[in-house]
Amino acid sequence: MKRYIMEHTYSIEAGNYAVAGEASSSIKGLLKKLGIDGGIVRRMAIAAYEAEMNLVIHSVGGSLTIKIAPDELLLISEDGGPGIADIDLAMEEGYSTAPEEAREMGFGAGMGLSNMKRCADEFNIHSDAGIGTKLQIKIYLK
Amino acid sequence: MQIREVARLLKADILAGSVNLDREVKFACGSDLMSDVLAFVEEGTLLLTGITNLQVIRTAEMIDVFVIVFVRGKVPANDVIDMANDRNITLMSTDYTLFEACGILYQAGLKGKS
Repeated sequence: MKRYIMEHTYSIEAGNYAVAGEASSSIKGLLKKLGIDGGIVRRMAIAAYEAEMNLVIHSVGGSLTIKIAPDELLLISEDGGPGIADIDLAMEEGYSTAPEEAREMGFGAGMGLSNMKRCADEFNIHSDAGIGTKLQIKIYLK
Repeated sequence: MQIREVARLLKADILAGSVNLDREVKFACGSDLMSDVLAFVEEGTLLLTGITNLQVIRTAEMIDVFVIVFVRGKVPANDVIDMANDRNITLMSTDYTLFEACGILYQAGLKGKS
């Protein structure tokens, strides 16, 4: 088992656009404070923000967890549904099921998952339709 | 290009973050798609957009963008301006359209990054 020296979990409310991004902002601040390389902080901030927006836009609510080890950062996004029916399709750039409300905010262009993957050294997604989605994004520090 | 010069060229009103007026930007990006901005915009790039909600400030914060130009005379709500001031992000509003504002800055020497 990997030993993480620090771990923090944020609860993310569905549909609350007014606070969407606060968890990612806090994660970014934490990583900066720890003196982690700026490029890595930025990659994790982008991945966290896309994950957080996905939770706000698509899920019934969930959580975002950051785990920090001396040699890696791990971000976990978990929600309680509704799950993704076809992950391959969801991963395609340009495919989106986001509502008009999200599009008005500049999201819902079908770029979120591929953006997260681009930022990650390891990217894992598991989803069960009707149950929920779990995403893991790992970035190496060494 | 200095932020002060951007504001002059675009006849823009400064709405927040006047602390950055002497800072320089080398590149600019015009987009209303925040995911595109997150994917392709480098640190210190000037962002021009027609979107004025809180998510634009969040997006800028994540990627270390410190200046945003709102086009077509758009002015965001006070909470957006407050959030930008808290984060030392400069906001300005120009009456030019996105296309015109990008064209003016490009002609004055500011480049895109592709």
